Formats: sequence, structure tokens, C-alpha cells
Amino acid sequence: MLKTLTAQIKQYKRQTILTPIFVALEVVFDILIPFLMSYLVDYGITPGNMANVWKYGLLMLACSILALICGALSGKYAAEASAGFAKNVRDAEFRNIQNFSFSNIDEYSTGGLITRLTTDVTNLQNSFQMIIRIAVRSPLNFIMALAMVFYLNSKIALMLLGVTVVLGIFIFSMIGRVNPIFVKMFKKYDALNESIQENIAGIRPVKSFVREDYEKERFDKRSQEIFDINRKAELLLVLQQPMMQVAIYSCILLVAWFGAHFVVDGSMQIGTLISLFTYIMNLLMSLMMFSMIFVMVVMSLASAKRVVEVINQVSYLESPKDGIKEVKDGEVVFDHVYFNYAEQVDGHYVLRDINFTLPSGKTMGILGGTGSSKSSLVSLIPRLYDVTKGEVRVGGIDVRKYDLHTLRDAVSMVLQKNVLFSGTIKENMRWGDPNATDAEIIEACQLAQADEFVSKMPKGYDTYIEQGGTNVSGGQRQRLTIARALLKKPKILILDDSTSAVDTKTDYLIRQAFATKIPDTTKIIISQRISSIQDADIIMVLDKGHLVGWGTHDELMNSNEIYRTTYQAQQKGGSEDE
Amino acid sequence: MNNRKQGLSRIFKLVWHNYKKLVVIVFVLILFSALANVYGSTFQKTLIDSYITPMMNQSNPNFQPLIAGIAKLALIYVLGILSTYIWNRLMITISLGTLNDIREDLFAHMESLPLRYFDTHAHGDIMSVYTNDTDTLRQLISQSVPQVVSSIVSIVMVVASMFMLGWQLALVTIAGALFMLFVARSITKRSGKYFRSQQKKLGAVNGYVEEMIEGARVVKVFSHEQQTIEGFEKINDDLCLASTKANTFANILMPVCMNLGYLSYVITATCGAFFAIHGMFGMSLGTIAAMLTLNRSFNQPIAQISQQINAVVMAGAGASRVFALMDEPSETDNGVVTMVRAKLEDGQWVESKEYTGKWCWRHPRPDGTTVMVPLEGDVVFDDVTFGYNPDKTVLHDINLYAKAGQKIAFVGATGAGKTTITNLINRFYDINKGQITYDGIDINLIKKNDLRKSLGIVLQDTQLFSGTVMDNIRFGKLEATDEECIAAAKLANADGFINHLENGYNTYLQAGGESLSQGQRQLLAIARAAVANPPVLILDEATSSIDTRTERLVQDGMDKLMEGRTVFVIAHRLSTIMNSDAIMVLDHGRIIERGNHDELIKKKGVYYQLYTGALEMD
Repeated sequence: MLKTLTAQIKQYKRQTILTPIFVALEVVFDILIPFLMSYLVDYGITPGNMANVWKYGLLMLACSILALICGALSGKYAAEASAGFAKNVRDAEFRNIQNFSFSNIDEYSTGGLITRLTTDVTNLQNSFQMIIRIAVRSPLNFIMALAMVFYLNSKIALMLLGVTVVLGIFIFSMIGRVNPIFVKMFKKYDALNESIQENIAGIRPVKSFVREDYEKERFDKRSQEIFDINRKAELLLVLQQPMMQVAIYSCILLVAWFGAHFVVDGSMQIGTLISLFTYIMNLLMSLMMFSMIFVMVVMSLASAKRVVEVINQVSYLESPKDGIKEVKDGEVVFDHVYFNYAEQVDGHYVLRDINFTLPSGKTMGILGGTGSSKSSLVSLIPRLYDVTKGEVRVGGIDVRKYDLHTLRDAVSMVLQKNVLFSGTIKENMRWGDPNATDAEIIEACQLAQADEFVSKMPKGYDTYIEQGGTNVSGGQRQRLTIARALLKKPKILILDDSTSAVDTKTDYLIRQAFATKIPDTTKIIISQRISSIQDADIIMVLDKGHLVGWGTHDELMNSNEIYRTTYQAQQKGGSEDE
Repeated sequence: MNNRKQGLSRIFKLVWHNYKKLVVIVFVLILFSALANVYGSTFQKTLIDSYITPMMNQSNPNFQPLIAGIAKLALIYVLGILSTYIWNRLMITISLGTLNDIREDLFAHMESLPLRYFDTHAHGDIMSVYTNDTDTLRQLISQSVPQVVSSIVSIVMVVASMFMLGWQLALVTIAGALFMLFVARSITKRSGKYFRSQQKKLGAVNGYVEEMIEGARVVKVFSHEQQTIEGFEKINDDLCLASTKANTFANILMPVCMNLGYLSYVITATCGAFFAIHGMFGMSLGTIAAMLTLNRSFNQPIAQISQQINAVVMAGAGASRVFALMDEPSETDNGVVTMVRAKLEDGQWVESKEYTGKWCWRHPRPDGTTVMVPLEGDVVFDDVTFGYNPDKTVLHDINLYAKAGQKIAFVGATGAGKTTITNLINRFYDINKGQITYDGIDINLIKKNDLRKSLGIVLQDTQLFSGTVMDNIRFGKLEATDEECIAAAKLANADGFINHLENGYNTYLQAGGESLSQGQRQLLAIARAAVANPPVLILDEATSSIDTRTERLVQDGMDKLMEGRTVFVIAHRLSTIMNSDAIMVLDHGRIIERGNHDELIKKKGVYYQLYTGALEMD
């Protein structure tokens, strides 16, 4: 995990290394100041030597200015390094997500991935900054201050060390006890947020069933739970500050008592005593800081784990090295194809022993009920998933031998859940072909029967599509996605229930255009509507993953029960108008 | 800015109002612990001047007075520690209690808000009031306020002590501190600005990622990965830049404060030394030592205050958003008519204590008499005009009459106003003109809760709640037994898939039933409405996500559910509404055709075209 994360530092190595260096320098100067102070008192003020006062005074001044510069520089480098690190982590995640195959995407939820790219990375960024700045600073500060105290008076140093160790043990044992409570609390918070979320999104059912009071009760219970558990954690944590005071105050008392003795018997200078008081604060504060950072880093471990999971997720489907870069024609062959989405032991398949050959340039219709695996079948052609057993061939060659980019350019698929992206219509169209001219775009839209409504829009092809394509109707969206797929000039075009919201007349016009304008393209059409596929060259009927019918409309009307009953149902008037 | 100040003052008032006694005690204790701290700082002067120096001149030093001095200090320290502990403990009650109060008040108030609020505010923004904004308040109450208070106390005490030691060095220290505060302010102002811009950029990344992950499959199909990455890198770089700037300023704050503090320390030391050597102002070594400790104790609270500035500003903004939600006007309800259990006695409807299966509207008249109107489910729209905004009318002069037990269907394109009509019947929105009556009573006269209880509703997007399957069905009628819930599930044909779930009816649904398919969620919603057993049903695309075959199964259950009830149906699939008593074809907020299926087919109008697929419905 650590290796994956440190690998993301990349071009920010310089800043990442410079930060602790400047932090260290800053600490050195910070520590020197009280030390110089004692010299100033002992060699300047006590003997009444103004030259020494100036000497050490100026030295101290120089030290604090240098400390300021180092501190500012370390702060700047830390910001650059951590923001850069976060950028690289996000980039690595996003790049790998782009590398995901369909089955990888199936495994994550959209919300989950967004959290992994935003909140989790922000947590990591903060921890990273803490580590290179304060996790270096506190121990260093602690060690140097301790060394100074030893140098000044080893007996007092041992006493301070003793107090510090006791405080350290106390703090870390407290963290050990509080941390699990906090983890539990965060879970409760998640539950609370979930119930708020549900009530915002589900305000209609809440109001229509008059369940406001019921929901309030549930919410109050959850809120109270958080209150209780939070209180439990805080009651432990509340010991921290008085404990810290106990440590500081007992150190002061110890130093005052023993220091007085040492000064009186002449083994210590007054100046030393003064600087000792300063180092007490220094020692204990750095311990405190360290424990705080420790907690934060421990808490961000969960985020780190989630982020690394995404970065290291191996794509289930890779483009072969030296894959074939040309697709000969649009012939599609399924050769004893078995398919399943995930490994299943019980030998259950979504598709079972599918065999067929579709010659290049023909039109094939696919009919079947929900769950008959129509979409699964066609998604094997552009290799969105890999077959479990058997072979799918396009242009006579196994799809797994093609370069993925080449294959998917040749096989254009309009998905059932089609999406337009925020941007103008033209920009959306150029997804199909980045170099398409305006004329080509208009031609594709004419083919898909989209030109008519697009040109009626006030801004025409420059109309801005909102995120998710919410400002065009379902039927319009479908026609635009078909046009976008056409711009690829594919050898095989697959429409997965892509005209369901288009009226029958327009649907017919689209099919007419396909037949006359792109006769050499192999066309595969999935539809719930028999009228959309009945004039295809070949119609395939699927039932629960089995190929149960194959032939023309007339043949199937005679031989296939499912086809005939569906046809009759739709003729009678149960027309599917969805 | 003004809002922020108001927000802050309201939070303080709220805390004061609820925890007057505790606040006073906490304040006194903070004062006390700060005093103990300051006393400790001045002790150094006493130590050197009153104890050590005299002893150095004695041949046989007497440590007796020192013991007494240290004992006194120890006692004061113990008291200081005790008060720190106690005020911290009390503060837990105040801060967590206030947070809990605010959360519960927010939620209770949110539940009372009209639908309009939820339709016009982004859900993410409402959510953020609970998470981010209340979080800033917790920071404010439990950290910033006590720190600022104790810092101010320390500052006041330290300043007093310093002036007692000698005003000359005191002025040097104060000048240094003021300079520090000034620099810190200008730094926090900038970092605050950049943090806001970082937040905005983070939002942009969020939006982009959401769009591209939603559309990930399309990206794959078009081999558009490279372009997508390039787009991402651009906004990712922007975010990195803003984040670097924000963090740079935030990081610089600490070293700047600390070292400006050192600078003032050095200057104080040098000046002090100079005065002492030259015997000016009667300055002693002890005075310098004490002054230097005071200098540190003075700079620390100043640095602490400057660090809290951003937190306070953010809390102000958070508080203003919290109160903005709390100040949203609740749904008003002037209804007087209630729904009561009823029985027939001597041909007269009278109220009944027991469940009779019959319901009446209890209608108190202005003259003091009460009329009992049997609940039948008779709904009339009389010239109803409505718009979500006053300037944009969505429904124009709608007239319709649904007799008890009739099935009324609405068809039409998206945005034609189908769902709006159902929003009006249960008074999610109030009409602008005209009248809607329910069993002859203007719905404005009926208490909203009773009106809504009499209407069952199944919506297109099914919202379930985290809890078991059984809990979700029981949502329709809280007092329903398990048997009633299972019977309702059977009616909706949901029983089959529920039994296939891991724990059957006791399966816990996370995050609104994420693990269920949309179709399964709809079946549960139908079961939920079935268990409520209302006289009027509204089905808004209730079967849109159920495949044709399953729908046939559901249809059968739905038919049973609809029997004897007034039903309003909105459906995409015409097959589900063909047997309606009346079908209304809506277009741009007007009813353009009405009649039953056969009449409309004969008419060969819009419905006919929709039916034959010549017109698209979306």
C-alpha cells in the first residue's frame, strides 16, 4: 500500500524532500534561541558585558529570522508537495478507472468511486502534509530540546524525561481507548446521514403516508445514540488537557525546586534556569502534537486503503500486445459461446452454447424477454466482456486478438442506458469521430432522423446539452446517440433497444436510412417491438440465455412459439409504448 | 458578512438560553484556570528575585521560605488543573447537547417544510447543512469559544502583570503582539479566500467525475478514455493550484506567528539586558526572566486567537445556513375537517372508537354543529389553474370528476402536467385558482395529515428506507401486524422475491434498498400502499420499471388493490390503463381529449396515435 502511494509523489519529490529539511532547520533555530538566551544572561548581563549582549542578541535575531524563512519555505513546499501528491493520486485513480473493463465498473458504485476520488484523497493529502511537516517536526523538536536540557543539566533532564514518559504512556493509552469509540461513532454518523438523505429524497412518501413524527422519532433516537457515544469518547479525551497541565506544572515545580538548589550551590547559572523553563513547554508540546498527528494518520488509513484499491485494481480485460489493427469486414461468428458475468461454481451461465454466423452487411434482429440475455450477447462483440468459454469472431478473427481500440472503432454500439455528455450537440457528436466536419455531423443526424429537431432548436447544433442530457426528450436522446454511433463509420452497428422511445414512424425511417445509406454495415437490432425487427434478414429469439429461434419473420411465425405469441400480443393492441 | 454575524449571535443566544448556569460556571472556571497559569508565569520572577538571589548571598542558605513558596504555587496549580478539568467536562454537555438540539430541531423543522422547498433546493445542499455546517458549529462551541475566552483572559492578566513589572518592556511586547495579529489577519484572509476557491474546484472535479463514471460504459464503447483523462487533468490541475495556494497560506501562519513571537522575545531580551546593565528603570535579572516568560505567555494566546479567526468566520457562515433552513416557513394547515372511524346508527353516521372499516369526514361548521360526511373517494377538479412559479402556469382550467370507485388515467408527454395533478390532490402544492373537492369538501378545509392518510400513493422513483423489508412495508400502516404486511406483499406479488432474499422479510435494506432492482423496489412500494388500505390511490408510473411479463403478475394484484377505490393512474404503457373509466390526454397543461379507451380510439385523435405508436410519448 505504502509503495503505491509513495509512487505518486513523482515530480514533487524535490518539494517532498525539501519540506522536512527546512522543517529540521527551523527546529534547529527554534531550539538554539532559548540556548542563546541563557548565554546572553550568563555572559552578557551577569558580568555586565554589553558587547556580549549585542553579540548574542544579534545571533538570536538572526536565528529567529532564519527560522521564519525556513518555516515559511517548509510551509510552502509542504503545500506544493501535498497538493501535488493529491493531484497525482487522483490522476492515477482516474486513469485506472478509464482502464477498467465493464466487469470492473460493475463492481463499484458511482458514489463509491466519487468518494474515493474526492474525500478520501483530501484525507490523504492532509495526512501526507502532516507526515512531511509535523511528524518530522515534533520528534525532532523533542529530541533536540531533550538534548539541550541534558547539555544544560543532566539531572533535571532525567526528571523531565521521566515526566514525559509518564505523559506519553498516558496519551497513547488514551488514544488506544478512544480510537475504537470514534470509529464506532463515525459509523453512527454514516447511519444518521443516510437517514437524512433518505428523508430528503423520500420526502414524498414520508408526507403522503404522514410519517413525519415517525421519522422524527427514528432520527432523534439516532441523534441521541451519537450524543451518547460522542460523550463517552469526549469524557475520556477531556482528561487530556488537565493531564497535560499536571505534566507541565509538575515539571515547573521540579525545575523550580532543584534548579534553586543547583543555582544556590553554584552548579548552575541563573540563565540556564530560565532557558530550562522554556524547554519544558517545548518538550511537552511536541509530544502532544505528535500524538495528534498519530491519531489523524491512523484515521486516514481507511481512506488510503480505499484509494489504493482503485489504483491497483487490475483491469479484467486488457488489449493484447501487438493486437491486430484492422478489421476485415463485418462478419460476426459465435462459436459455442458460454458466458457468465462472474465466476460461479454451480455452472450457471447467462448465455449457453450460442452458435451462429451473421454474414457481413446483413441485418439481424434479436427478440427476447427481460432476462433473456440479449444485451449480454451483443456486448461480447465489441469485447466489453470476455466470453467464459468458446469464441466470438469478427471479420473471421477472434475478438481477443484485436487491438481493443481498433475493434471498438469497427463495432459501434448504442447502449440501452445511453448517455449524452455536457457540451454542445456538435461536441457530443465528435465523440464518434473527433475530426468529423459539420457536414458529416449533419449527415449522420439526418440518417438517425435527428437533424429535423436539432435544426429547429434556436442554437441548432451548438445547443448545449446539460449533464445527463436532461434538456432533450428520451426519444431525441436516443436519436442523437444513434447519430453519434454512426459517425464512427463502423463495420458493425449494434442498437440495444435504442429506439424504444422513438415513435414507430421515425423508427421505420431510421431503418430505411440504414438500408439505403449504409448497406455494407452489419446491423444488429435489439427491440421489444416486433415491428422494429420483423423486416430484418435474420431474427434471433433468445430465451433465458438459450438461442431458441433463428430465421426470417415468416419462418419464425411458423416455427417459434415465443415469437408468434409476442407478435400476436402486440398486434392485439398491447403495444409496447415505453 | 451580516448574515454571519447574525448567525453567530443566534448560536450564542441559543447556548445561553439552554445552558445559562453551566455557561456561567464554565466562564468562571476558565477565568480561574487562566489565572493559575498566569500566576505560574510570574512565579519565575519571585523564584529568582525573592528566593534564589537572597540565598546566594547566605553562607548557610535557608530553603524554608522556598518550600512555602513552591507549596503555595503547587496548591494554585492543583486548583487550576481541577477547574480546567471541570470546565472541559461541562463544556462537553454544552457543546454536544447544543449540537444534538440543533440536529433534532433541524430535522423536525425539515420534516415540516413544504414540498416546494425540496423541489427547489439541491439535495446535496440540504445535506451539507447537517454535515459540514453543524460540524463548523461544533468546532466553534467546543474549541474556538473556550480558546478565545481563555486567551483573552490570559492576555488581560499577562498585560496587567507586565505593566506591574515595568511598562517599558511591556510596551515592546505589546507592539510585537499587535504586529503579529495584523500579519496573521492578512494571512488568514487570503487563505480563507483560496480555501473557498479550492472548495469550488473540488465541486468541479466532483461533477466531472460523476458524469464520466455515470457514462463510463459509453466512454469505453467509444474508446474515449484518453480524451476523458485529458479533460480530467485540466480540472485536476486547477484544483491542485488552488489547493497549493490555500495550504501555503495556512501553513505559513504558524511559523510566521511563532517567529514573530521569537522576534519580540529577542527584542525584549536585548532591551532588558541593556536596561539592566545600564541600571535603567531599576530593572533586575529576575524582572527580565519574568518578562520573557510573560512575553511567551502573551504571544501564545495571540497566536491561538489568530488561528481561530478562520474557524469563527466559517462557523458564522455555517450558522447562517443552519438558521436559514430553520427559518424556512413550515407547511401551513388551516384544515378543520378530520377523518374519523365511523359506524351507521339509525341511518346516521356517528363516530366510533373501534375500527369499523368505515370512515367519515368530521366537518365542524362555523355555527358550531358538526356534520359527518362518509368517506367515499369522490374527487372533483373545478377550473383548476396552477403553476409552480407564479409567472409560469403549468395547468390550465382543469375540470374533472372522479366518482367513488372510478379509475381515472392520465397520459401525455413529459412535462404535460400529469404528475402535477397528483401533487395537487394531496396538497403537496396549493392551487392558484379554482377548487378541488373531496367528497364535496374543499380540500383546503381538510387537515393535511388526514387528507394524506386517505390517499395511497405509489411513485415512479421508489424511495425505501433503511430497515428491514417488513419495516418498509409497515411504513404504510405502523400498527399493521406481520400477517397483514405479508398479505399486502402477496397482493403485490412481492412475496415471491422477498422469500428469495437472504433473510426473507427480515432482510435489512441498506441505503434505500440499493441492492434491490428498480422493479423489486416498485413491488415493495405497491405492497406499502396496499397495507395502508386507503380509499383513494394515486399510481404515478407505478409499474414503469417492471418488465412486461412481471407486470402481468403485478397487474393482477393491482386490480385487486384498486377494486372499490378511486384510482388516479399515470402510465407510460397504455396497456395498463386501457380499462380505465376515463382517460385524460394532457398536453401542455390542458386536457385535450377525454373518454374511455374505445371512445378515444374511435375518435382517431392524439390517443389513437399514441396507441398505434405513431406519436412518441416521451
